[in-house]
Amino acid sequence: MRHPENIPTSASFSRDHIQTVGNIFVKDARIECRSVDVFYGEKHAIQDVSLDVGRNEVIALIGPSGCGKSTFLRCLNRMNDTIPGCRVSGEIKLDGQDIYAEGLDVVPLRAQVGMVFQKPNPFPKSIFENVAYGPRIHGLASNKLELEEIVEKSLRRAGLWEEVKDYLRHPGTGLSGGQQQRLCIARTIAVNPEVILMDEPCSALDPIATAKIEQLMDDLREHYTIAIVTHSMQQAARVSQRTAYFHLGKLIEVGETAQIFTDPRHQLTEDYITGRFG
Amino acid sequence: MSNRTEENKSSNQGIRTHEIVKAGLHRRRAAEIRFKAYGFICIVAGLGFLMALFGNIIAHAWSAFEQTYVALDVTFDESVLDPEGKHDAANLASADYPALTKRSLAAMFPEVKDRLEKRSLNALLSSGAAYELRRVLAKDPALLGKTERIWLPVDDDVDMLVKGQIDRDIGEGDRRMKDYQIAWIDKLIASGRVEKRFNKQFFTSGDSREPEMAGIWGALMGSLFTLIVTGALSLPIGIASAIYLEEFAPRNRWTDIIEVNINNLAAVPSIVFGLLGLAVFINFFGLPRSSPLVGGLVLTLMTLPVIIIAARSALKSVPPSIREAALGIGASQMQTVFHHVLPLAMPGMLTGAIIGMARALGESAPLLMIGMVAFIVDVPGSLTDPSTVLPVQIYLWADSSERGFVERTSAAILVLLAFLITMNGLAVYLRKHYERRW
Amino acid sequence: MQKSTLLFLLLLISAYAFHIGRQRSRQIVGGRVTNLHSLPNYYGYYTALWALLPALALLFIWMGFETPVINHLVIGTLPEASRSLSADNQGLLINDITNALNGSYGEAKPELKTTVDYLRSLKIRSNWLLSLLAITLAFMGAFFARSRIHKEHRARNKVEQTVMAFLVGSSLIAILTTLGIVLSVLFESIRFFDKVPITDFLFGLEWSPQIAMRSDQVGSSGAFGAVPLFTGTLLISSIALIVAVPIGLMSAIYLAEYASLRFRSVAKPLLEILAGIPTVVYGFFAALTVAPFIRDLGADAGFDVSSESALAAGLVMGIMIIPFVSSLSDDFINAVPQSLRDGAYALGATQSETIRQVVIPAALPGIVGGILLAASRAIGETMIVVMAAGLAANLTANPLEAVTTVTTQIVTLLVGDQEFDSPKTLAAFALGLVLFLVTLVLNIIALHIVRKYREQYE
Repeated sequence: MRHPENIPTSASFSRDHIQTVGNIFVKDARIECRSVDVFYGEKHAIQDVSLDVGRNEVIALIGPSGCGKSTFLRCLNRMNDTIPGCRVSGEIKLDGQDIYAEGLDVVPLRAQVGMVFQKPNPFPKSIFENVAYGPRIHGLASNKLELEEIVEKSLRRAGLWEEVKDYLRHPGTGLSGGQQQRLCIARTIAVNPEVILMDEPCSALDPIATAKIEQLMDDLREHYTIAIVTHSMQQAARVSQRTAYFHLGKLIEVGETAQIFTDPRHQLTEDYITGRFG
Repeated sequence: MSNRTEENKSSNQGIRTHEIVKAGLHRRRAAEIRFKAYGFICIVAGLGFLMALFGNIIAHAWSAFEQTYVALDVTFDESVLDPEGKHDAANLASADYPALTKRSLAAMFPEVKDRLEKRSLNALLSSGAAYELRRVLAKDPALLGKTERIWLPVDDDVDMLVKGQIDRDIGEGDRRMKDYQIAWIDKLIASGRVEKRFNKQFFTSGDSREPEMAGIWGALMGSLFTLIVTGALSLPIGIASAIYLEEFAPRNRWTDIIEVNINNLAAVPSIVFGLLGLAVFINFFGLPRSSPLVGGLVLTLMTLPVIIIAARSALKSVPPSIREAALGIGASQMQTVFHHVLPLAMPGMLTGAIIGMARALGESAPLLMIGMVAFIVDVPGSLTDPSTVLPVQIYLWADSSERGFVERTSAAILVLLAFLITMNGLAVYLRKHYERRW
Repeated sequence: MQKSTLLFLLLLISAYAFHIGRQRSRQIVGGRVTNLHSLPNYYGYYTALWALLPALALLFIWMGFETPVINHLVIGTLPEASRSLSADNQGLLINDITNALNGSYGEAKPELKTTVDYLRSLKIRSNWLLSLLAITLAFMGAFFARSRIHKEHRARNKVEQTVMAFLVGSSLIAILTTLGIVLSVLFESIRFFDKVPITDFLFGLEWSPQIAMRSDQVGSSGAFGAVPLFTGTLLISSIALIVAVPIGLMSAIYLAEYASLRFRSVAKPLLEILAGIPTVVYGFFAALTVAPFIRDLGADAGFDVSSESALAAGLVMGIMIIPFVSSLSDDFINAVPQSLRDGAYALGATQSETIRQVVIPAALPGIVGGILLAASRAIGETMIVVMAAGLAANLTANPLEAVTTVTTQIVTLLVGDQEFDSPKTLAAFALGLVLFLVTLVLNIIALHIVRKYREQYE
């Protein structure tokens, strides 16, 4: 039995095995996931997860370590393809297009769905080259001037421009941790994606840098859809509009952030939120 | 208001971005496939070289394991072998055996009268044929005075002809065989007197100027003695050195220097070790030239860095918890290392040592420097006898002009490779079965 | 008595000493081993070491001085004429006598017969004296040690100190080796530069050491200009690197990034076999197969290719160092953190774009270090060039012509030549010095880069 009987269900999802509490649907969704399962070899890492991600919203994925929230996030731009032995089934649609459809090229997908990682990972190149890398490989700028424009715009949006504008030729690895992470965000923005996935983007940063990134997410929401995995419930509460709670590879509960944190409906969610485990 | 327009612009840009990315996709996928193909081609090229090398050597070596023999009816004539009728062994050993083969050849080809032709008729037989006759007679002295059909080795040129490695169709002047010689051989073949047999000589005798009499036994023994010296010295010294550096040495400038020094020595050209051996062991200490002793010493210095580096990494892979456990129950540091750490690191150390020894076995350049390149017929019997080693023997034969040495060189290479593959196989086995991962 | 027999006997004695030492320690405490300072075995080791080490020391010292002393005695009995010979000629004479003693190279000359007999008797006496002394010393050591054993005797500490001394001594051998290389090569080179000015050697354009063999022309000017050797070495090494670097690097990339686990587990060890094949085999392959093949190919295309062309030697040397480049590059490519690749993939880079623009630049320092090590290997490689490259020192950059290399010349100059004072043999050491210094610099730079690189990602 995959769905414990004691779960009260209120979702109007027309499937037999509903396991998630709360409304997984949104109107005019950007990403629609239906019955997603992920296997690492024998391990069943994600079990039957269905979830929508809306436009211009920040959705936070929370849950204890190893619950599958990062794995789920990496499904959304097919980053799991790089992991040997990983198998994904179910349906994930971006703007109505199945991203796991046969013959679909991951390159444009990833240009549309950017990703920021847990540890800042600037390339061992200059700050300028880091940001310019995406536009360069995709041929987004027709000349040097345009490229410089894109780099400046991206760095501005990432809130880094004022700090680095005089050091564009310096190596990106020389920046502080928080700056590096904002550089990575700028690098992602430079490709002009529609969705940005963030995998615990602040876990390696100090509180001040974290505050800056959180502010940045709020600003970015205007233009992008953001899905963020976080360990910090305060962060989820601060930045997101909706929150999804994962437990042992299952999506337990999803809802408005305020509701999840003040009035969780599922026992597991409540236990987690109140700090009984996690 | 301004926000709205920017948002529109941004979403327009999003669509534009998408289009641009899609437009470039075809080109980028093609580049991807090309790049991957280059990689694959390079691997195939590398493996192709390996195949070509092995194929080439095996193809050349194959025929060396057989030697052509010819059957002669030899009369052990007392008037030739023992004109004074003494019947003692020493006298028989130094008798004129070539005369016997000359006679039986003359009996078989009575039409050959000309002196020069007679000489080339006799040249069909190997000069080793006389030794063979002596051996036969020494084994069975009762043969004296009797006539017996005996299989004798032929000259290398004849051997090559029978094996089809001398082209009969090219002009007489361009090959080493005269037309009439070929005719004699054909006649012998037609009468069923020519046969190819397993080349025992190749595995049992020392070097020779005559390809059909040359063997690798001397070189093998030389290699064995050299490796014994190398192993007996480099193993204990290498392991001791690794133990000191890894377990006892304080981390300071001195040990840093030693470490850099060892890493550097591992990359010094082997010929430089040969120069060292020549200047120090031979000229300064006066050790005998060409001897396995000096060869072993030189190879010891050469393989030590390899063994030390391997032994250190084996020691490093033993987790500190083992040391702490032993020290915790009151063992001295020395006891900890010798009772607990060393046994666990041993498989890794031995693996490294075998690989180092395999390298030493295949090494030739430094041994040229210390005179192990001399032409040595005798099989060495001790560490100080002049000798050569297998790779140097290969070098010497490769330099010889006789056609017959080509196949023997290749065969010697096969033997050397067989030893190396066995040693490396042993190392892989050790690593697979005894090395523990923590 | 043979020295090996003596050695075996000494080992037997020390085994016996181990036994009596252990017995003695048990006996002192009446079998209550816990009363001893150390375990009984340590008393055994202690006694055994006392038996073995002094005797071994005597053996080695004896072996070091035996030959010079005996030779001196032998020379003393020779007629006046022989005694006044130069040191070199005396050496040759001693060689003759020793050869006569060993029975090699035919019978001894009659006039040397008494000397040979004298030498034989000296050797026999020396052997017996040594055996007697060594065995006595071994027993004395054993009994001395046994007498020292008492309840509070710190045998373990003493044994451990001895072992420690052995460990330290062993680790010093590496230093001594380097020192030995530097001193021996430097010493002979200085003697060479006495005869041939160093500037002539380093900048001279003509190399013909054979001319200088004639005694009246020792060190004739211009004959020892090593520039053609340097350019020849450079030419062949460059060809080797041009072959090995792309093939090795691309193979490593394919193996590390594209190949399936199964393909990798087969192809990688197979490629590494190339590194385990003795260089003499490559030399044979180059001389017998590749060089004629290239010559014929060139002839078909209308080029005049030497049968000892630099191309053939360089090509085969390149094959030899492919696994060098590939396995080091493979290590470094694997050391590039996955997070960098993820960063590029997440931006929509294709795999080849990620490799070319992110992974390789990140691994570049390590790869460069690996290539430098490969270059050092190519420069110092001997057998391939000895067998497949030429002997004539041509100053050319044409890969189709024959050139000679530093290592080839070292071998040619030293093999077979017994005379140790001629500029010809000394020149080999000067070449060795250059070779050692160049590879040393390359290695140090390469190892430094590699070390720095490893630290960066650790």
